[in-house]
Order: sequence, then structure tokens, then C-alpha cells
Amino acid sequence: MSFDVCVTRQLGDRVIAAEFAGEAGLTALFGPSGAGKSSVLNMVAGLLRPDAGHIMVGDVTLYSSADGIDRPARARRAGYVFQDGRLFPHKRVRDNLLYGWNLANPAERWMDLDEAVRFLGIGHLLNRWPHTLSGGEAQRVAIGRALLSAPRFLLMDEPLASLDRARREDIMAVIVRLRDELKLPILYVSHDREEVEQLATTIVPLD
Amino acid sequence: MLSAEEWDILLLSMKVSGVAVLACLPLAFGLAWLLARVRFPGRILIDALVHLPLVLPPVVTGWLLLLAFGNTGPAGRWFEDVLGISFMFRWTGAALAAAVMALPLMVRAMRLSIEAVDRRLEAAAETLGASRTHVFATITLPLALPGLLAGMVLGFARSLGEFGATITFVSNIPGETRTLPIAIYSALQVPGSDNVVTRLALISVALSLGALLASEVLVRRSGQGRGRHVL
Repeated sequence: MSFDVCVTRQLGDRVIAAEFAGEAGLTALFGPSGAGKSSVLNMVAGLLRPDAGHIMVGDVTLYSSADGIDRPARARRAGYVFQDGRLFPHKRVRDNLLYGWNLANPAERWMDLDEAVRFLGIGHLLNRWPHTLSGGEAQRVAIGRALLSAPRFLLMDEPLASLDRARREDIMAVIVRLRDELKLPILYVSHDREEVEQLATTIVPLD
Repeated sequence: MLSAEEWDILLLSMKVSGVAVLACLPLAFGLAWLLARVRFPGRILIDALVHLPLVLPPVVTGWLLLLAFGNTGPAGRWFEDVLGISFMFRWTGAALAAAVMALPLMVRAMRLSIEAVDRRLEAAAETLGASRTHVFATITLPLALPGLLAGMVLGFARSLGEFGATITFVSNIPGETRTLPIAIYSALQVPGSDNVVTRLALISVALSLGALLASEVLVRRSGQGRGRHVL
């Protein structure tokens, strides 16, 4: 299962265009800042509507201008890990983690809280408020929240960008395990060549 | 300490202001949401109309209320016929005047708090499977709540002090429309009632101060554990 994406979208006087079909594993959108990488991710997530094109993940069409298909973001089952974490500041870590889990169809859940906590090593954080977490801790929780929402695929927008060196290694190891152990298709955005070469199965240059 | 008459004035003021804020709340929130989130032609006009009572001489607001909600006014008739609510020379009229004067402050505070909600958090909630209404109930509303409460307290405090529009619209009737400021004004007209004026004025100060402190406490309590959002 993998991505089949062909989209264009005009934003101001800029046209963002991307076309790629990844294999299974981690597909990295790689390019300089401002190339529209995050916009492509938002289009796959359903947060930004393309002007034309199609977006398929596995055999499910999320968007197709030709067939008039445009699934709303809430029905795309994307596990989106944002660059800025976006943990809900008024909910403790446990409630952040369970936000998507509670909304997911029970039959489609494939991970429970205990598994996610063990996988990410965040058991000691469950009762904390988001603003008390370090950058690395918050990013782990953000990944956990995405995994628990029963996603069919992951979208990761520069998840390492705001972390220091040691934390980067740490989260990178987690991403490798997501790719190899959970076998989730991952669409990954980065401007860091080293990072992309280390993680990607498929590299899509974007400029 | 307070005479029975002064207690009645105090309770009437609280009733008028409380009803004014609660009746105003849905409209204020709706307008705040409209101005904060929806782009539509005529938005500036709505914005200006909402703020009008803030800058209009209160006596003019009172006169306009008289035209619209008096016994022969179109809105007044509708309320009388359909809902059985009459405003003329009644405490309900005082509440209506207070609500109109409190509206701009409430809309303003609520609008700012809605605008301050990080929409990227709402987008995150949507990708996690939340519908629009669920996002509103679990993300937008709780995050905007301190500002909404502050808006209500501000509106309450403003209602307590309402004078000009009220006395123009529903006059000065003991037990019906004689709220604190109007009672103070009446007492000032009677020679030798300095003690009454002082006591009523002190009550006013205490109520206003209490309202402000209450809003501060509410905002802090609902803000517990909630810093700026992380990362």
C-alpha cells in the first residue's frame, strides 16, 4: 500500500504542483523551504483543497477532481504529525493521546493506549500538561496521538525540525520503527538531505 | 446595615443585570463568532452597528428603544402579542436597555477570545477524526471560555452601571426600574440624604470590584494547566 498523488494548487501567485507514486515504506518530499512541501501534505490530509488532480492511498481515493471525490479531513484516516506538535493545551497528555482514539471506529483501531505508551516510552508523561513537556517529549506524544487515531497512513511534517541533536536521533529511531515494524505508509516532509537519505524508501524532490 | 428599601434596590439591580447578560449571551456570542470567523459583505456595517451603543449618547439609545419597544413600537407590539412580554415602565425594559448597552463590550471580549484560538489546533483535531461540531465543543469552546466568561462579567458590570438609556426608556419607578445608579441619582435630588447616597455608592463600588475579581478568578481557574501551546 502506498501513495499515488498528482495535485496542483494555486496559492497567491505561486503554483504548487506535485506528482509522485511511492512504494511501500517512507516516501520523502524533499526540497528547500517554501517549495510547498507542507501544502502538499495538507492536501493529502484534506486541510487544503487542490485545484485539480487526484490523491490515492492504497486502493482508496481521497480526492479526485475528475470523479468529484473530496473526502473531508475527518474521514481520511490520516495520522498527521505536525512540525509544531499541536498538542491540545487544555488537555493532559493522556487525553491528547486518546482524542483520536475515542473518535475512531472501534473495529478499525489497531493500537491501544498501553501499546502506544510502551512503543514510545511515554508512560511517565500521561498526567502532565503539554506546556510542561520538552520538545522531544511533546513530539513523542504527538506521534502517539496520531497512531492511536487508527490511521491508514502517516503524514509527518519536519517532525525533527524543532529538536536538538540528541532528541533528533531519538525520534528518528522511533520513525524507523514505525516504518519497519508497523509497516505504515509514511509521507515525510523535510529539507534536510542527511535525514531524508537515512529514512526514505522513496525520495521525491520538490522545488 | 442596609434598609429594606436599599436591599430591594440592590436585588433589583442584580436581577436586571443578570437577566440582561443571559438574554444577551446568545446574540453576543453569535455576533462575535460572525465577526471573528465569517467573511461576508457588510461585515464592517455589522461591526459598526454593534459598537453604536458604545459611542451614541445613552439618551439617544433610550429614545430609539422607546420608538422600537414602546407600546406602539413594532418590536414592542411583537413582544407583547407573541411572547406576552411588556417593557414599558417594567424591570424587563431596564434589562433590555442594560443588554443593549452591554452588547458591544460582550461582543468585543468574546470576539477577541475566539480570534485567539489557534486554528491550527482545530485542523489537528479534524485530522484526528473530529466533526465540525465536535471540534467546536472540545477545542474551540474550551479554549475561548476564559474570554467568554470575562465578556459576561464585563457585560454584567456594565449593566449595573447603566443609567441614561434606562431612565429615558423606562423612567424611574421604585421597585421596577429604579436600579442602583438611578436610586443614587434620585437620592441626590433630596436634600439631606447624604448617608443614603454614600451607602448606595459604596455598594456600587463593592459590586463592580467583586465582578472584576470574580472574572479574574474565573479566567485563572479555567486557564489552569494551559500555557501557550507547545513546540
